[in-house]
Amino acid sequence: MKDAILRFAEHYNYVVTIFLMVAGLYIVIARGNMIKKLIGLSIFQTSVYLLYVSPAKIIGGTAPILDPAYKIYANPLPHVLILTAIVVGVAVLALGLALVVRIHEAYGTIEEDEIFARETDE
Amino acid sequence: MELLINTALLTLLAAVTIGIARQRNLFGAIILAGIYSFLMASLLILLDAVDVAMTEASVGAGVSTVFLLAALHLTRSLEQKSMKTPVVPLFVALCVGAALVWGTVGLSPFGTPDAPIHQHVAPTYLTNVVKDSGVPNVVTAILADYRGFDTLGETVVIFTGGIGVMLLLRGSGRKRREEREGAEGKAGAKSENEA
Amino acid sequence: MRLDVVLRIGTKLVLPFMLLFALYVQFHGEYGPGGGFQAGVIAAGMVILYALVFGVARAKLIAPQRLVEFMVPLGVLIYAGTGVVTMLLGQNFLDYDVLDHTARHGRERGIFWVEIGVLVTVASTMIAIFYAFVERGR
Repeated sequence: MKDAILRFAEHYNYVVTIFLMVAGLYIVIARGNMIKKLIGLSIFQTSVYLLYVSPAKIIGGTAPILDPAYKIYANPLPHVLILTAIVVGVAVLALGLALVVRIHEAYGTIEEDEIFARETDE
Repeated sequence: MELLINTALLTLLAAVTIGIARQRNLFGAIILAGIYSFLMASLLILLDAVDVAMTEASVGAGVSTVFLLAALHLTRSLEQKSMKTPVVPLFVALCVGAALVWGTVGLSPFGTPDAPIHQHVAPTYLTNVVKDSGVPNVVTAILADYRGFDTLGETVVIFTGGIGVMLLLRGSGRKRREEREGAEGKAGAKSENEA
Repeated sequence: MRLDVVLRIGTKLVLPFMLLFALYVQFHGEYGPGGGFQAGVIAAGMVILYALVFGVARAKLIAPQRLVEFMVPLGVLIYAGTGVVTMLLGQNFLDYDVLDHTARHGRERGIFWVEIGVLVTVASTMIAIFYAFVERGR
């Protein structure tokens, strides 16, 4: 039991990452409003950043900027990958929002249920 | 002390996410998303990822909130509709969560220096960067020098995103569209009268 | 007296420092945290803040729409152009060693130009997307 609690404490970063991922996924599937879905998608993406950057930290190390006073540095490779991912994420968000604006102009609403009802009526 | 702040920030992140899921007012949800990005940036500084934290703070809490508010203003939607309790999505999400928990059980504990991730490529970069380019910020050196192709692809992705938004949204503004539809409606009525 | 005096005066005080900070982050990205992306977003944030407080018409005086839309592909051109220059000088694509008399200085110069390309594209794309959203609504 004590072993399980210790494991949980050591993996707390990953537990919260998985919670954020699941919460983002839930918002995307379960909510009907399109802007809410895009916010959920962005929460999902941010949790992936946490998933990549958490293993890169070394306790007792410092940021990966070389300096004669420090010996241990955090792993710089996941930082590079996540830098790309963040900017790609904002491009995706901007495109998604542009599509939502056009959908609103075409249908008058951005609720998923109302759009489906309108589509099946026609 | 660091681990205590780490735990506190992670718990706050989870609480804000529950707030976003339950918040029906969209304006409130967007502001909570900005708070979420800010907390994520603070957590990233604690994890020694300073470049990533600066990017997340400026992009997530800055530009992202502006775009969301602009889209909210254009779609004029204020509150979400009320919904029935969605059982199937909750079940699917919990199944995915259980699978992920089972997958991360085998990861090394947080912060150990002898995890497999630190063994192969990263020490090579850390030792060679001063000799190769003389740039102390290893992340910038990897981004622009060792992995320059990826950054070229990323710049093209941002460019494509900007072009896509301009294609979708540059065109007539609302006043000109309404005038055009009004003129078309009048022209249609006139031709009906004449016919 | 208008009610938004504090906002206007505060913005006027902060804006030049935002631009200065963006340039600082760009050029010191090699010695501290920073680089092209962060600097581009901070520079775009300056124009967006000016547009939010003073109106889009005033913001388009300092960042005209055609100039911003011209700068969007210009950054990609600078980045790919650095690679083509290295190819014309005899090496592979994006091999910065030939850009200067030693390999080390060549790489520093290559990193500098590549980050300029990233700054130009990111800043102009964010401003162009903002203008596109605003123009749709009027």
